[in-house]
Amino acid sequence: MIANDPNLDRRLDRRAAMRTLLENRGDLLLVTGLGSTTWDVAAAGDDDRNFYLWGAMGGAAMVGLGLAIARPDRRVLVVTGDGEMLMGLGSLATIGVQRPPNLAVAVFDNGRYGETGMQASHTAESVELVGVAHACGFKETFDIIDETGLRDFAAQVHKATTTLFARIAIRADEPPRVLPPRDGVFLKTRFRRAIDAE
Amino acid sequence: MSEQRKAETPDWRDEIFAALKAAEIRQVGYVPDAGHARLIELCRDDPEMRAVPLTTEEEGVALAAGAWLGGQRAALLMQSSGVGNCINMLSLTQNCRFPMPMLIAMRGEWAEFNPWQVPMGSKTRAALELCDVLVYRVERAEEAAETVAAALDIAFNGDLATAVLLSQRLIGAKRWVK
Repeated sequence: MIANDPNLDRRLDRRAAMRTLLENRGDLLLVTGLGSTTWDVAAAGDDDRNFYLWGAMGGAAMVGLGLAIARPDRRVLVVTGDGEMLMGLGSLATIGVQRPPNLAVAVFDNGRYGETGMQASHTAESVELVGVAHACGFKETFDIIDETGLRDFAAQVHKATTTLFARIAIRADEPPRVLPPRDGVFLKTRFRRAIDAE
Repeated sequence: MSEQRKAETPDWRDEIFAALKAAEIRQVGYVPDAGHARLIELCRDDPEMRAVPLTTEEEGVALAAGAWLGGQRAALLMQSSGVGNCINMLSLTQNCRFPMPMLIAMRGEWAEFNPWQVPMGSKTRAALELCDVLVYRVERAEEAAETVAAALDIAFNGDLATAVLLSQRLIGAKRWVK
């Protein structure tokens, strides 16, 4: 049913979108939310500077905020899904108040809860995340529906002067899972070592 | 007015702030609370600290995890009713062993006027302990600073979650009718 919807079919491929975001990552620090965005990053290639949330749903953007405040010398990108972002919607209000210039929050939006059976999320109905971010005080927001927009955002992540928010429309499909390490202590320690915080 | 006069006199709240400074806390997540009002004000005014107001307490658990990933120390200030909001997010702290010191202003106990505070207030310690948080409690002003300092020490020395419950008797029950 989803595959037959022509509007959804034109959306970006999630794995390709993640590769594009990380293509010229430089010294970018990456946080991903519970679910498919973590598998997407693993498929693009595991890295010590990636921190994956395997739980703590709703927490990805706030982990990114704490990290961005702690390391103003580094760029921080959070990539999470629409369901994970909706669970932490209040964190957009919190981040909208703080707005560290080195933070970007990107939401892969397929309007579905991919890990639990592709049930519709609120973004498939009435909720429009870019509008939420804008209303929360984000000064630069991106509603991305194609490769050009994605590449523009990927470049802005490295030179923005305010916190960015991007909603990236992706196809509601389920590529094969690629799983990164899931030992939390290991992920924490290797991340801190990689950026000389340990 | 009497509240304001009290806040201007250095007291246990200022000593707790000094303990946060001594432990090199750089990020302080908080949900506004009358019991923490003075401490929040001190943190907000300190140029070395980033005080981050939260919409819900669990945001602060994730904030502290991010801070630690980047090499900064964070603490979380909340009211006892906020502990219930943190439970699932504390799985982040437990799985990754992030240091997570929390200062909790108690409600729903000593001379509480509002019965709606009682259910969570009476289960605060148990809820924290279910989540493997080490819990300390302060009843007397002279114990406040040393207890907070000890909870900060063990959190960062042991990569542990700790909580200091500041009793409602210590803070003073909220005055509803002035």
